[in-house]
Amino acid sequence: MTVESTAAARKPRRSSKRTSAAKTPAKTPEGSTPELVQLLTPEGERVEHPDYSIDLSAEELRALYRDMVLTRRFDAEATALQRQGELGLWASLLGQEAAQIGSGRALRDDDYVFPTYREHGVAWCRGVDPTNLLGMFRGVNHGGWDPNTNNFHLYTIVIGSQTLHATGYAMGVAKDGADSAVIAYFGDGASSQGDVAEAFTFSAVYNAPVVFFCQNNQWAISEPTEKQTRVPLYQRAQGFGFPGVRVDGNDVLACLAVTRSALERARRGEGPTLVEAFTYRMGAHTTSDDPTKYRADEERASWEAKDPILRLRTYLEREGAADEAFFTALDEESETLGKRVREAVRAMPDPDRMAIFDHAYADGNPLVDEERAEFAAYQASFAEEGK
Amino acid sequence: MAVEKMSLAKALNESLRKALDTDPKVLIMGEDVGKLGGVFRITDGLQKDFGEDRVIDTPLAESGIVGTAIGLALRGYRPVVEIQFDGFVFPAYDQIVTQLAKMHARALGKIKLPVVVRIPYGGGIGAVEHHSESPEALFAHVAGLKVVSPSNASDAYWMMQQAVQSDDPVIFFEPKRRYWDKGEVDTESIPGALHAAAVARTGTDLTLAAYGPMVKVCLEAAAAAQEEGKSVEVVDLRSMSPIDFDTIQASVEKTRRLVVVHEAPVFYGSGAEIAARITERCFYHLEAPVLRVGGYHAPYPPARLEEEYLPGLDRVLDAVDRSLAY
Repeated sequence: MTVESTAAARKPRRSSKRTSAAKTPAKTPEGSTPELVQLLTPEGERVEHPDYSIDLSAEELRALYRDMVLTRRFDAEATALQRQGELGLWASLLGQEAAQIGSGRALRDDDYVFPTYREHGVAWCRGVDPTNLLGMFRGVNHGGWDPNTNNFHLYTIVIGSQTLHATGYAMGVAKDGADSAVIAYFGDGASSQGDVAEAFTFSAVYNAPVVFFCQNNQWAISEPTEKQTRVPLYQRAQGFGFPGVRVDGNDVLACLAVTRSALERARRGEGPTLVEAFTYRMGAHTTSDDPTKYRADEERASWEAKDPILRLRTYLEREGAADEAFFTALDEESETLGKRVREAVRAMPDPDRMAIFDHAYADGNPLVDEERAEFAAYQASFAEEGK
Repeated sequence: MAVEKMSLAKALNESLRKALDTDPKVLIMGEDVGKLGGVFRITDGLQKDFGEDRVIDTPLAESGIVGTAIGLALRGYRPVVEIQFDGFVFPAYDQIVTQLAKMHARALGKIKLPVVVRIPYGGGIGAVEHHSESPEALFAHVAGLKVVSPSNASDAYWMMQQAVQSDDPVIFFEPKRRYWDKGEVDTESIPGALHAAAVARTGTDLTLAAYGPMVKVCLEAAAAAQEEGKSVEVVDLRSMSPIDFDTIQASVEKTRRLVVVHEAPVFYGSGAEIAARITERCFYHLEAPVLRVGGYHAPYPPARLEEEYLPGLDRVLDAVDRSLAY
């Protein structure tokens, strides 16, 4: 490719754009394909959408690319650390980088995020140190970070529960008269949970400034989306009285544009939006899972061709928006991140055994005090024997 | 002194009114809590005075009520939510046990969850199915929750004040059949800490320990026993988690006999925990095994049978006699 030092300042060319979809969402009787908002095709071609536009500088495009590459590198390192026995479990986000970086970069600092346990890319966008995410997977805590530092709540393992927390938080934002917004992440599996339906109901009734960001990665462990729904998930919003939109979840530009629009709508006091990011879980559900038991290799291969990082790279290269030096430097930065994460995990100490009793209650509790003392005395009895 | 005689229901209403008045972050949420004032009128008039933004009629979805209350608490509010009846709490059980109880610990203490979940509980009002249950043990078993139940108007007023001020989630069980019982409330003098048990009647021969609706039954049993020359002490536990074992222990070291009374089924009930702990603490003081009187291991019966199922005066006195016979 041509190395152009001026590429960074150049805006992407608009000449190659074409219109990809009709303005009105198509009705989707069973069997037909619903509309998908797309701004960057799997081939790396910029296309236009009548409702969602985006105009990013080369620098901004490179930043999104960097976010996705570093997130994938971090994720790969965590998977490796699980294989090495340093982590007990890891839930990989491989394949979902665009959905997470696109939506994560649409957020303002004063917005608030309620994640599942797979939102490593969103955490990255919020400035959460990646090593913070690993404590619970190593088994040294259940999260432990201060959610208010980065407006990024703790990972929630029971699926769907956090959509209600996000809704309540958003109700509070509205009561406070603030113009920030809240985003709740969940997946296609969680969409079946009653809590998600209740969150839709509450947010609609109270017109709460919340965006429901569903990453439909096609698989809930071994169950395909067909086991969760008979209609495209984004269409569920209509029944609750707010808009739903399906976006190409492997298109970082579309995810950014659609989420930004939904957040702006929330800020204007127009209530919730459901965004269904249509993506694919390229890896296993977690490191304990074996997807070869339930899905075909061909399916994965077909999604590999839609890879979120490759398509942006193709576009960056075609547009001359990034040069070889950028990619080389990013490779080095990735390896530095991997090394830092690796070293941090290996150095992560086991908690003190008395930490079992810490923070059971905020106000203190006589039963906890009694049992802590019993446990300490029991442990001390070994120390005396050892003398 | 501002002493006034009022019903337990009115005491709760006055307490919630004071909480709303004192702290703008306090919210009330629940089904029918607004214009109607709740099916038991505990929130009567509050929406009129504090507005729909603070006294919030919610959709009929208990998990949603508690789940959104958690989110509001994370935003800095202090929600007091009403579950309409004991038997309706279970859709919210996951949010209470899995989220509300554990979130403070999961954040290593960096966030607090000041949420009060009010639940009218217990039987004796001739209600239909799911309106008469006593599920307190299911919550007391969960670390991170406080579980309390007042037995009289004064405690109802003050324990609600203390529950709203708690930085931990509180499951507040209201003895629905005592809602209309009147008692004196001193709104200027705190009767005791939220989790302190109280000696409701002094005696020397045997201790009855109870909470919520059963305290009145135990006081009546103690009065009846007195006529037979038996001196019975009654301890009102007030809190089922934590339990003030020190007060029970002090009483049992004096009387040497303990009977625990609750409406909830005896099997795995709070009486079992009290029996085990007091046996450990008072082994050499006890003249008889700790006995329990409570509900049976069967679904709560239809209303025409509930007086047979619920511990009444005679079943309590029967246990008193059995204990004294050792």
